[in-house]
Formats: sequence, C-alpha cells, structure tokens
Amino acid sequence: MESPVLRIENFCAGFDSNQVLKDINLSILRNKITAVMGPSGCGKTTLIRCINRMHELIPNANVSGKILLDEQNIFDLDPIIVRRKIGMVFQRPNPFPTMSIYDNVIAGYNLNGIRISKGDKDRIVEESLKKAALWDEVKDALHRKGTFLSGGQQQRLCIARALAMDPEILLLDEPTSALDPKSTAHIEELVVHLKDAVTIIQVTHNIPQAARISDFTAFIYLGELVEFGPTEKLFTVPKDKRTEEYLTGKFG
Amino acid sequence: MIQPIEGGAGQTPARAKTRDKTMTQTKAETAQAHYRPGFTLSEAAFRKILYLAGISVLVLLIAIFLSLLIASLPSIKALGISFLTGRTWDPVTLKFGALPFLVGTLITSFLALLISTFFSIPISIFLGYYYREGKASSFVKTVIELLAGIPSVIYGFWGLFFFVPIIRFIETALGVPPYGVGILASSLILAIMIIPYSASLGREVISLVPNDLKEAALSLGATRFEVIRKVILPYARSGIFAGILLSLGRALGETMAVTMLIGNSNFLPTSIFSPANTMASVIANEFTEATGAVYLSSLIELALLLFVVTTIINIIGKIIIIKTSFEA
Amino acid sequence: MKESSLRRRIFADRAFQALVALLSFCAILPMFFILFFITKNGIAVINWNFLTRLPAPVGETGGGIANGIIGSGLLIVLSSVIAVPVGVLTGIYLAEHRKGKFAYLSRLSVEILMGIPSIVIGIIAYIWVVMPTGSFSAISGGVALGIMMLPVIVMSTEETLKLIPDSLKEASLALGVSYPRTILKVILPAGLNGIVTGVLLSVARVTGETAPLLFTAFGSPFMAVNILKPVSALPLTVFNYATSPYPEWHALAWGASFVLLVFVLALNLTAKLGLRKWKVQF
Repeated sequence: MESPVLRIENFCAGFDSNQVLKDINLSILRNKITAVMGPSGCGKTTLIRCINRMHELIPNANVSGKILLDEQNIFDLDPIIVRRKIGMVFQRPNPFPTMSIYDNVIAGYNLNGIRISKGDKDRIVEESLKKAALWDEVKDALHRKGTFLSGGQQQRLCIARALAMDPEILLLDEPTSALDPKSTAHIEELVVHLKDAVTIIQVTHNIPQAARISDFTAFIYLGELVEFGPTEKLFTVPKDKRTEEYLTGKFG
Repeated sequence: MIQPIEGGAGQTPARAKTRDKTMTQTKAETAQAHYRPGFTLSEAAFRKILYLAGISVLVLLIAIFLSLLIASLPSIKALGISFLTGRTWDPVTLKFGALPFLVGTLITSFLALLISTFFSIPISIFLGYYYREGKASSFVKTVIELLAGIPSVIYGFWGLFFFVPIIRFIETALGVPPYGVGILASSLILAIMIIPYSASLGREVISLVPNDLKEAALSLGATRFEVIRKVILPYARSGIFAGILLSLGRALGETMAVTMLIGNSNFLPTSIFSPANTMASVIANEFTEATGAVYLSSLIELALLLFVVTTIINIIGKIIIIKTSFEA
Repeated sequence: MKESSLRRRIFADRAFQALVALLSFCAILPMFFILFFITKNGIAVINWNFLTRLPAPVGETGGGIANGIIGSGLLIVLSSVIAVPVGVLTGIYLAEHRKGKFAYLSRLSVEILMGIPSIVIGIIAYIWVVMPTGSFSAISGGVALGIMMLPVIVMSTEETLKLIPDSLKEASLALGVSYPRTILKVILPAGLNGIVTGVLLSVARVTGETAPLLFTAFGSPFMAVNILKPVSALPLTVFNYATSPYPEWHALAWGASFVLLVFVLALNLTAKLGLRKWKVQF
C-alpha cells in the first residue's frame, strides 16, 4: 500500500463567521493525480489554497484542524517553507511581466535569494521547461518577455516555474478555465505525464476533465467532502446520491 | 525569521519515484547547509516599516499644524481677535491688523475664480463631451497640463511685462491712478493658473456621465447642446463644483505670481484696480525682515490661517468628490 | 414641431459648440504667449557663459546663473533623498491597505498635504530647520521641497501599485517568496514606470517653487555647495532679478526663466509621454 503524502484531518476553514469548509478528511497519495470537483462556490478552491497556506493571506481568514505533509502539520511550519514544498498554478496564467521566460522559470530561486551557479540555473530552466512541454517552443526565445506567449504557453510557463522549485505537491487551481480547448488538451496531457515527478491536486469544475486525468476524485458540495475515492469507482458507482446527481448534471 | 531551505540544486534532478519520509528530511537538511543568506528582512519588520511610513504622513500633518499653532501663540496672545478685525498693519507701531490682507485674499481669489470658471467649464465640456479622443483633444489636454506645470514665478514675471502695461493703459483711459499692478492684474494671472485644476476635474466628471443617459436624450431628438444642459450639467454639477472649490484652495495660497503683481499695499483695497496684499504675499514680502517676536508670530498666524482654510476647503471638496463618485 | 423652432435649436446647438471651442482655445492661449515671451527674451541672453558664470554686479554685463543651476540641482537631490523613500513606502502601505480606518486617515493626510500652500511649507521648514540651526541653508530648502514632493510621490505610487493585479503577488508568494521580497522584487519592479513618473512630476513641481525657498534656501550670489549654507535656486534668481529695477538684471531673469521653463516642461513631457512607451504589460 502506498503511503499518503498529504493527510487532511478534521479540517475547517472560512472567513469571519462564514464557514466555507466543514470537517474535511482526505488522504492524498504520492505520484497520483487527485481531482477536486464540485459546483462553483463549494469551497474547492479554498481547500487547495489552504494546502499551501495561501488562504490565510486574505484578511479575516481562519482555519482549524490539521493538514499533514509527510506527517508534519503544515500549520506548525513557516508558510514560506510550506509554499516551497507545495507549488501552485492559478486559474489565470500569471507570469511575472517584468521578467524574461528564463527569469520566470528561475524566479523561485532568484526571488528567494537562493544563489546557485549559472550552470545549475541553465539546467533547472531547461529541465523545468521540458517537464512543462514548453522547451521546444521557447528554447530560442528564452530571454524574451514571458507575456508575449499565448495563454496556453503562459500557463505552461507557470507550471515550469512551479516545477523548478522541485515541489512535493503541485496544486492546480482550474488551470485550464481561461484557456481554449486546444491549449486545454495540451495541459491535460502534460499533467498526466507530470505525475511521475510530482503529486498533483487539481481543482476543476469540468466533470469530464476530472474523469479523463485523475486517479482519485474528491467531490465537495457546500463545503463538505461528500465522497472521495478512485476516480473510476466514483464515476461509475457513486455511493452518495448527491455525487450521482452532480455527475448527471442535476445541479451545479 | 524566514529562512529559504532550498539551496543545493544538486539534488534537483535526482528525484526518486518513490521516496520515503527519511529521504525527504535528509534532503531538507543538506539543503539548509548549502543556503547562504543574502539580504533578509523579516515580514514583521517590513510590515512595521510600511506602517511607520503610513503613519508618517499623518504625523507630519499634525506636526505642521501644531508647529504653526505654537509659533502663532505670541501673536494670538498679544493681539487676540483684533488681529482679524484690525485695519492697520504697521510693524513700527506694533499694530498688526490683518483685515486688509484677508480682504485682499478674498477679492483676488474670488475674482480669479469667476474669470477662470468662464474658461474651465467650456474646457471640461470640450474635453469631456465634444472631443473625448483624437488629436485636438490630446493637444488641448497636454497644453492644459503643461499650464499647470509652469512655475508660479514665471507667471508673475510674464504678468509684469504682459498684463501690467495693458492694465496701465486701461487705467489711464478710465482715469484711475495707473499703477498697473494691483488686484486686477493678480486676479487675471491667478485665473490662468487655476484653470487647469478645475478643468481637469470637470473633464473627469463630465466624461463619467453614463453613455446610456446621453444616448437616451439624443434618441428623443435632443440636440447636443440640450444634452449638455439637461443631462450632463445636472449630472456633473457637484463634481464641477468640487473642482472649482479645489481651485479656490489653490488660489488662496498662491504666492509668487500674486506677490509680483499685487502692488504690496497694506491698506484696505478700494477698487479692483488698487494695489493690495494677500495673506501669502505679505508673508513672502515681510517674513525675512520681521524683527520682533510678535511681528514674526503674526506672520506665522497668517500662515496658520491659510493652512486651516485651505485644509477645510480641500476636505469639503474631497467629500463632494467621494459622494459623487459613489452616486456614479 | 414647428420648423422654425427646430432651426433655432439646431442653431443654438452649433453656436454653443463654437462658443465652447472658442473659449477653450482662449484658455490655452496664455501657454503660447508665455512660451513666446520667455523664449524671445530668454534665448537672446543664453550662451555658454550665461550658464557657467556667476551673476555680475549691477552695471556690468555678461553675468550668468551658474549659482542658480547648481543650487537647484543641490535642492532637488536633497529633497529627493528626503521624499522618495518615505513617499514610495507610504504609497506601498496605502496600496496594500485599501480599506481600514487608519489607511483612510493616512490617505486623507496625503491629500491635505498636497493642498497646503507652498508658502506655509516654507514657514514650517523655517520653524523646523532654520530656527534651530540659526541660519538659512540648503538643507532647510531641501526639507521644504521634500515635504512638497512627498504627496505627489505617495499618490502616484499608490495609484500605480493598485493597478497591479493581485495574481502577481500570489504567484510570487506561492513560490515561497517572503512578503518583503515579493513587494520589493516583484511588485515594485512591475510598477516602476508609474513610480518614476511620479518622482519626475514631483521634481518638476518643486523645481519651479519659489515661495518655500524665500526664507529657507534664501539665495546666494556665490557658488555654494555646502548644505548648511544658503544657496541660490533658479526660481529665486528669476524672482530677485525680475523684481529689480535694472534692465541688465531683467535680462538675467529672462534667461533664467527660459532655462527653468525648458527644464520643467521637458520633465513634465517626459513623465507624461515618454514613459508610456515602457509601461509593463500584464
């Protein structure tokens, strides 16, 4: 049996008196893709923003319960260390507009003041861009601004930027919602390839996408974890009535 | 304290497909050893610095007010209310009645306001409605902005050689003493100087008038003139007023151009042609020569008065702007 | 509707538009008069000696305004050193705290500072610096001009940083970059264009200021670079010579005006037009 890399225990989160997530329990397995799906506003984005402690950047945010990364509660760690171990890619591509493609990929090192040799930098940039399936398209334009790329390329650049930090877990927050179908297909293919290198948790409200790419699926509804299990099982024989209704398009 | 942990890039490519807990820990430890700290500033310290900067402007403002108040105390104690009502300003006999300067300031400022409104409202309409884009618009806009950038002392200098001869000619023709310099000259130059302030705010509020309102009126067969009169001006009225108010704040405190053109007379003005002094110009003229505690202090009291009045005007203008932008 | 009334309305419409255009045109005329006057009278006296020599005594011709140029430069440096760091940090504070009572008070203070008459600022610098040190000085002028620059820099920094999307900050924080580094290395560079514009505009604003210098920097006919001694400045040169009764000094004032005007307008134009070109695209 594989060991879970991340365990979420009795976890609640919210803003002020508004509780967004209620008593979530979830184990994420290493080198698997876990999809988190549910209708808009159900709390799925809040959940993954808690996993790398981005949630608490919002004023009046609160959390309770535990999230264990390698058996260590992330709330006992410095958020900065948590965020380096758990990378994140956002809904909209957000490359740094002042930096070249090269500098974007290596930004995690440069901005953190981590000094490494030029050779190591070159290698990390090349590897990360290759992992993100962007190398061939940009290898001759590494020193151009990242903002000249297309939306799909920008999103892969952001994935490369996160991978460059060699994270244990990569969080993808609806990474294809701002992209066209072709770029979406490209990213999906990439994500499936990436799971050999990194554990992936992807939020999506696109049901077919969850079915296509994930090994496990969690269904969240109104802040509760309704059902969690291997994707195949959850999609074919859902245990909960609400899951069935969601999958058949009765709501959301 | 925040410490980056990822230092050695050597481990980067060597990611085993299956890792156990101990491996990860070793990796973190070796990485820490490789880390060489550069410039680090803790988040708490940084936030404190930002907070101090944020508070500094408030402290500065309060300090300015208190300094002026304390430095005015000798004059306030010695003169009391007679400072504001006295008509005689004579440092030799220690009489400090600032009424002539209050009157001089009010007349020049309001006259300037009156003149400038004749031009600033048309400019607001020109830029906010008729020509919102295009070459004519950006040309006029740039020139107006540059007018705001011309140093006051240059306005004054130009006024001395341009307006003063013209006014002297008019005065001769009218049979009044041909000083040239005086309230009229100051007001004219002030009017030019404050046009950009009211025009830029006026343009903004006029261009904020919702398009569907204008189109609704046009589709009912209204001409553009009628749209301006019946839709735009009522809608933008308070914003335009705020602009005029803010430019009044400018006019009251404007110093150099007025000092050069007002003729520096410490008597109550009798007509718009007579030389006078404003609060700002009397400070500019006499501050360095002010000997004696009460003399210096009474000039500072004028500055305190200017500070309080312009601050109140600016706050009222600000409140109007905030209210109108909420309505819009 | 009657034909004649319609015609009258159309006529009123046209007439009004013409009137608006005419009055707008009249309002921008002074700009050209000023440019013409200053250029015509100023350019005649401008030459190398004029820019590099000290003023000549009354009766002699051929003096220059070197003291004013040097003094203005010194004052700009001093005031920038005072105002830029505080202004940028305050701007960051306000952009990072958009709501809240304290930020509101801080923002209001900046706006009130912006509206304080320059002569009042001069008196403040006199009370704070000249009185304790017992002497007019470049540093007191620098303090006065610094207070005048501050609100301009704060406002432009805040406006610029507010426009930077939050996603950029999140991208940086999600990489494990600390908050200070995120602000200093990601957010500030992205807003650099607007901040530089603000600094240039604030320099343009204070370079032409005379009133706050009358009893701080005071003016000096010598080549002074000691920050504890009085210095001249271009606008002081203009004021002193323009209000003198001597035609030779008027010539100096025209020349100084021309130099000052060219500098200030060029700074304004650079800030408004030139910097648009290298604006960061998000």
